[in-house]
This record gives sequence, C-alpha cells and structure tokens, in this order.
Amino acid sequence: MIRFAGDSGDGMQLTGDRFTSEAAAFGNDLATQPNFPAEIRAPQGTLPGVSSFQLHFADYDILTPGDRPDVLVAMNPAALKANVGELPDGGILIVNTDEFSKRNLTKVGYDSNPLEDDSLEKFQVHKIAMATLTIGALEETGLGKKDAERAKNMFALGLLSWMYHRPTEGTERFLREKFAKKPDIAEANVLAFRAGWNYGETTEAFAVTYEVAPAKLNVGTYRQITGNTATAYGIVAAAQLSKLPVVLGTYPITPASDILHELSKHKNFDITTVQAEDEIAGIGIALGASYGGALGVTSTSGPGIALKSETIGLAVMTELPLLVIDVQRGGPSTGLPTKTEQADLLQAMFGRNGESPVPIVAPQSPSDCFDAVVDACRIALKYRTPVLFLSDGAVANGSEPWMIPDVESLPDLTVEFATDPENFQPYSRDPETLARPWAVPGTPGLQHRIGGLEKQDITGNISYDPENHDKMVRLRQAKIDGIEVPDVEVEDPDGNARVLVVGWGSSYGPIGAAARRVRKLGLPVAHAHLRHLNPFPKNLGEVLRKYDKVIVPEMNLGQLALLLRAKYLVDAVSYTKVQGLPFKAEELQDVLADVIKGVSA
Amino acid sequence: MTAIDLGIPGLTGVPTTDEKQTARDYKSDQEVRWCPGCGDYIVLNTMQSFLPSLGLKRENIVFVSGIGCSSRFPYYMNTYGMHSIHGRAPAIATGLAVARPDLSVWVVTGDGDALSIGGNHLIHTLRRNVNLKILLFNNRIYGLTKGQYSPTSEEGKVTKSTPLGSLDHPFNPVSLALGAEASFVGRALDSDKAGLTSVLRQAAEHRGSALVEIYQNCPIFNDGAFDVLKDADEAQRRIINVVDGEPIRFGREGEYCVVREGFGLAVAKSADVDASDIVVHDASDLNLSFALSRLSTQDLTHTVTGVFRRADRPTYDDGVRAQVGAAKAAKPADLSKLLHGKDTWTVVG
Repeated sequence: MIRFAGDSGDGMQLTGDRFTSEAAAFGNDLATQPNFPAEIRAPQGTLPGVSSFQLHFADYDILTPGDRPDVLVAMNPAALKANVGELPDGGILIVNTDEFSKRNLTKVGYDSNPLEDDSLEKFQVHKIAMATLTIGALEETGLGKKDAERAKNMFALGLLSWMYHRPTEGTERFLREKFAKKPDIAEANVLAFRAGWNYGETTEAFAVTYEVAPAKLNVGTYRQITGNTATAYGIVAAAQLSKLPVVLGTYPITPASDILHELSKHKNFDITTVQAEDEIAGIGIALGASYGGALGVTSTSGPGIALKSETIGLAVMTELPLLVIDVQRGGPSTGLPTKTEQADLLQAMFGRNGESPVPIVAPQSPSDCFDAVVDACRIALKYRTPVLFLSDGAVANGSEPWMIPDVESLPDLTVEFATDPENFQPYSRDPETLARPWAVPGTPGLQHRIGGLEKQDITGNISYDPENHDKMVRLRQAKIDGIEVPDVEVEDPDGNARVLVVGWGSSYGPIGAAARRVRKLGLPVAHAHLRHLNPFPKNLGEVLRKYDKVIVPEMNLGQLALLLRAKYLVDAVSYTKVQGLPFKAEELQDVLADVIKGVSA
Repeated sequence: MTAIDLGIPGLTGVPTTDEKQTARDYKSDQEVRWCPGCGDYIVLNTMQSFLPSLGLKRENIVFVSGIGCSSRFPYYMNTYGMHSIHGRAPAIATGLAVARPDLSVWVVTGDGDALSIGGNHLIHTLRRNVNLKILLFNNRIYGLTKGQYSPTSEEGKVTKSTPLGSLDHPFNPVSLALGAEASFVGRALDSDKAGLTSVLRQAAEHRGSALVEIYQNCPIFNDGAFDVLKDADEAQRRIINVVDGEPIRFGREGEYCVVREGFGLAVAKSADVDASDIVVHDASDLNLSFALSRLSTQDLTHTVTGVFRRADRPTYDDGVRAQVGAAKAAKPADLSKLLHGKDTWTVVG
C-alpha cells in the first residue's frame, strides 16, 4: 500500500495514476483512493493544499484502497504532517528534503525540522533531495530550473517503480504521448523518471525491494477503471442495448462532472450531451428528451438533487423513464465537495413533495458502476419511472481492475413504443409492470396531454376526484414496490454466523475486508450488501430475521438503519462515521469483533 | 397522406400533410376553463385557426407549458402536449427539440412563469437559439395565485401582496429578449387577430428561438391593463406597428413617425421631419430592434408591435445534431472496443 502526498500542484494524482497503471499492467489486483482539496490550487505548501493518492495492490483479490500506507511519499512538510499519523510503526517514509525550509516548516506549524529531531525515528526514513537530484539529472537538457524542478514527481515515481519492480515502458510511453506537443518536457519527465529508478538502483539506502506477484483473478480480460468512467460506459451500453439515443442534460458539479466529460466523447453512440444553464434545466432537458422517446439522463451531486427534486416529481407524475445520477459528497449545503459520504439516501427516498416513490440503485465499487447503471436503466425503461443512481465520491474517483464483460452477455433493454390508436389510453397500464404506454410525439392518432396535475386513472385527464387521487397515489407506489430486483445474497462462508453486517454502496470494500479479518480471527460474521434500496430485495426481511444481531455501518447518521427498522421491525444497530473518508477495514474489524463477542457472550 | 418539405426554415424536418385541416381539428375534448372574458380565449382561437394553414401533421406539433393560467393552453390543443412545472417549460422543450428534429415545438408561458421563476431558462434558450416558438402571455399580474404583482407590473402597483404599492421595477420583455440576442422577437395584442396571426406565422417560419410577447387582458385581477391600446382613437396615437423594410409611420394617414435621436429613437410628427429622416425598419439590425423596444413604455404612451427582430444564426439543436451526426459518420459505435480501451491485460487459467 503506497500513498503519494504532496502539494496540489505537485502532480500527485498523475503520479498515483501512473503507478496504478503499472500495477494493473503487471496483473496485480488493486484499488485506489485519491484525496484532494476542493480548491484547484490551494495556497502552496499549506495543509489544506495537500493532495494525496493511495494505491493498494496485491497478489490476491482486494476489496479496498487500504487503511494505512506501508510506504508514504511526502513531497513537502504539509504532506508529511497531514499523512504521517496514518503511517504505521516501521513504515517506509520517503521525504523530499528540498521543501523542508524554515519558512515551509513554519507555515504548517512545525517548530523544529522533524527530519532533524527524533520524531520520525519509529519509521524507516529516506531523506532524498528530489528536486535537487531532478534538476541535476536534467542539467544537460537546457531546461529552466523551474520546469526541471516540476518533474520531481516523476523522480518519485521512478524510485517507487524500482522498489516494486514495476515495468517502466508503459510510463515512458505515456509521458511521450501526454507531452507529444512539448517533446522537451516529455524528455525531461522521462529523464526524471529514470533518475529516480537509477537512484534506487545505485544508492544503497534501500536495503530491500519488494516483489508483488500478479494476483490470481478470474479468467478474463481486464482493464483499470474509475467509477465515473464505468458509469458513463454503462450509459453508453444502455443506449446500445435499448437502441435508443441518450440525451444527457447536466450542469458541472464535483464529483460528477467526469461523467459529462466522458459521455461527451462518445457522440458516435448516438449520445447527446447538453451542458445546461443550471441543474434544473439539466434535468428538464433530460425529461423533455425522454418525453420525445430518448433515454434522458442527468448527473449531479447532492446539492444538485435538491434543485432537481421538483422535476423528479414531474417524472414520477408523467411516468417517463429518466436516469438521475447522484455522485454523493459530504453535505449538507456545499459541504465537502471533494470528499465522500452516503448521506443522500433519505433525500433520494423521500426528498420530494407528496407521495413520490422512486427506485434507488447503488453501486458497490468503481467497476460495479457499469452493471449497476445498466440495471438502473433497465428499471427506468421497463417501468417508465425516474431512477436514482446513488454513487459517491469514493467509487466515482476510485479505481480497480474490471473484468470487461462480453457485450453479447449484456441484457436486452429494448422497449416498445405505443403505436396503436385503437383504444389508446395514456394512463392504461401493463398488468405485469403497471407501466403506462410510452407514446411519443409524432405517433399518429395518439395525441394526448400529460403534466404535473393529478391524472384520472386510465385516461390521464386532469382529475381532482378524491377517490381517484387515492387510487393513483397507491398505483404509483405499487408500481415501484413491484419492480423486480434480485434477492440479496449473504456472504457467510462458515454458515454459522449469528451477526449480520448490512451495508450499501461504496462501503462494500471496507465491510467485506473487515468481515474477512474477523473470520480469520475465528469470529463468524455474515455480510449482505444492498444494491437495490428501493424497492428492497424481496428476501431481505427474511435474511434480517435470521440473525441475532444486525449491524449497519454507514457514512451518515444511520439512514439505511432507519429504513430497515421502519420496514422490517428489526433491531438494526448503526455504526456511523461522517468524516468525508471511507471506512477503514481495521476500524470495522474492531466494531464487528466487539459485536460478535457480545453476541457469543 | 404525403410528407413534403415546404422549404420553410422554421419547419424543416417537420412532416406535412395535404389533408385539409380546420380549426376544429385542433380543439381537444377538454372543456376550456379560463375565466369569462380572459384574453387567453382569443389567443387560443387564433392559434387553432392559424395552425391548419401550416399544413403540418398534427401529431408532429407539441405544446409545452409551465405553470399559470396560460399554461393550461396545451390541454385545449388536440396535439401532443406537456403541462410541466413552474418556469421550466423552455428547458423541457429544449430537450424535446434536441431529441426530435421532426417536431414543431411551441412553449406557452406567462409573465410570471417566463420572467420570474423561469427567467434563467428563458434567456439561455434565446441565447442558444433553440428552434422553439415561445408565446409569452403578458397580463402584468399573477392570475392563478389570485392577484399578486408580476415582474411586468408597474411600479407602485397595489395588489394583495403589495398593499402599499409594489417597489419592483418591471422588465420590458422585448428588451430582455433582445439583450439575450434572441434571433426573433415579436409583439402582438390578444385582441388583434390579424396582427397576432401575422407575427405567429413569421415566428413559425423562423428557424431558431422565436419569442412572441402577447399583451393579454386578465379581466379578474388586472382588468383593462391594455385598454388604451384597444380604444381606436387612443390606439392610433400609441401603437407603432413595424414592418421589415418599411419606413416606420403610424397614426391616421401616417401622422407620426420614428426618427433617430441621440443613441436611440424618438417619435416625431411626420410633417415636421424630412421623409428621409424617417427610420426604415431593418429586422436584422439588433441595435435598431433594441432601440425600438425602448420606445415602448410601461405606461403604454407608445407600444411597438410586429416583428422587432428576425435574424439568421445557427440554432443550438441543429448544431448538436450535426455534431452527433458527424461523430456517427466518422466512427462506428463499437461498444466492445470502447469498453476495452487502450490498456488491457488477460488472466488465463
């Protein structure tokens, strides 16, 4: 487990990304977690300006980006101060000494230089003047000092690549492609990268290097993918599988904007992206396109959902397909834009006026976004309803290997538009799904009017009739309640667990890893992870009642636990944390171990 | 039925029919429920009489509205229609127009819906020049919520929400639309069927966003707001109807005219000025259109009607479709290739 940490201008995300690609190409399993400030360039050298990238790679299948790094690369005093607390005793600390000036130390509140006192003695510290060495290595290129110094992140990458026996060709090729228009900069970065590698090889400072063999993953072809990219690809796939054009109406917002960026590159799949004037227009455009027979999609984060709520209600009332993506971030209000949280569940569930049920689908990992979003589109199209897709900052920006699916194996999402004017009624229903016909403008003889006012059952005419309203409220609810979702599967390898841990969304990794750890300690535990939060899987009540104790870890104040308790009358216990960071497997391990011991005692 | 292209830019791509249509064909089976004497009735009738002349297939016409009295309009049209939410009709219609080049899309909105809660969508739709026809029913009051002042009400207006008089300065909707560089802006009176039909026709034929402001009387909460324009004697001194390419004269036998003054325009007596000083309307000149819009005052001393501006510029929806079309022509939609990307590795058993 490696963490690169530096100033937000130091290129730590790029460095981490490259090391990830090297690990992926080598066949390791991996998981990554970037952590960066909301400001594009926070004040240099300060604690708020620290940007980091953590990578967990191994020769077995792993579930999380890891809790504590084995190796910490700190490019300046701020990065050291912000991250050293998480480095375990004996961990490797690689420090760029060039930035440890008195001024920089004072800026982050160091009274004395930690490299010169004994405060770091419990770690294996490597003090390297990375900037100086980089500038030296680039002396002959004639590049200015400032430009040369900027390549120091590649020096760090080179050094780490040497330590872990990573293949280097990929990175060199990447650098040459990235800076194709500036060949001197490309060459400088390659030289810095090699200088870092050679530094490891020639100095004897590093006693050991580490070999991490390829992981034994299932047979197949893999690539590395982030959650946002997988989400975008899932939408492209849904377009192909449904044979419908996609119209994405959206407004830029962290951490969802990359979905817009990615989809805007794939217009050849009949995908239109509209960057609207605001969040409300974004969803309005998507709904208007759905009304016209396209698959309307809108993407945002929590504050954007608040703005889109009224239009989601209109989509509930007009019963049109619509995919609404919420990449959750810390809230309330602007909150923590670049940090993760799972606190929009109840907003997704209830955040509209009136009885306004909406299906909710949540991916459990970066690569799972693909399947989850395809499933969300299935529900939207089949049941003619808006669907909320609850991703979060951790899955959106995290990455992992993804076994690329065979396109032929993906589900058929084709839809049938209404065309027959004989006895056409806009609010008649399919007896099985309760979906109403999708009758798009341009279809002869089906002219009709829809809108936000209450509809008369079957005809869709405006109705203020009390009995009719009651009936329609129940019909809309029944349609969502009747959506087919797969049963939840319980992971309980020993089969004798008395404690069930239930999670949803991005906590899958930490909960799964924690469950493995406690089982290794001889404490049996069962793990169920929910992709479908509305409706819940049909077997969920039965599953919950099988166990003596149900514990629900969430990055909120217990929103799923509230729903489970309300719906199933089970004494689900919450474990909550809202720090803007994913759970650590080790903390959940302690929590689970305590609960299991309590139950056995 | 045949579909032929009439060669009218605003309707390119919308299938036509040679079946004879009448106003009756455009009346839905829903009972019209505006207050007796509401100006909306006249606009609805004018629209239902006018649409058959376009010769479009009825199923390819869509009315999208927001919230307010005028936004009930779609329910009464036997076309496709959506009565959406307050202020958002331009956004929803944009999505529809982007997705469907074969539709003639009309937005029906009011002064509160378009200029207050939906002001943002209106200006951005006009700026983008989406191929939509926007009918802004301006009665200078909130009707459906029972009589609060609107963004076009005069300063000092006493209403339920402003017992001491409104402090808000009103919008001039035409100036606002021209400020957003709308490619088509017109104005007509609800009671002037011929004038309204003429502006509607030009709007329909225009490719791009067309904003038509319609002065509409609310007999319940703001009765008589435009009465001075409906009195024949007053009207001839107040209404300046402009026609592209023609000198701007009005009044009995062209008694009055419009001349340049400073950076703007002024009204003069035709007898007092040289004929060559009378401004000739040029609907493609944004500055002239804007200056004309400023001649219209809130107190209706003068009101310009007709088409202020009509200019060709690329439309957003055509542009979007061109990009998608070019991308599809250039690159096959190979999903498997996309999912694989550049860097893959294979695990073998």
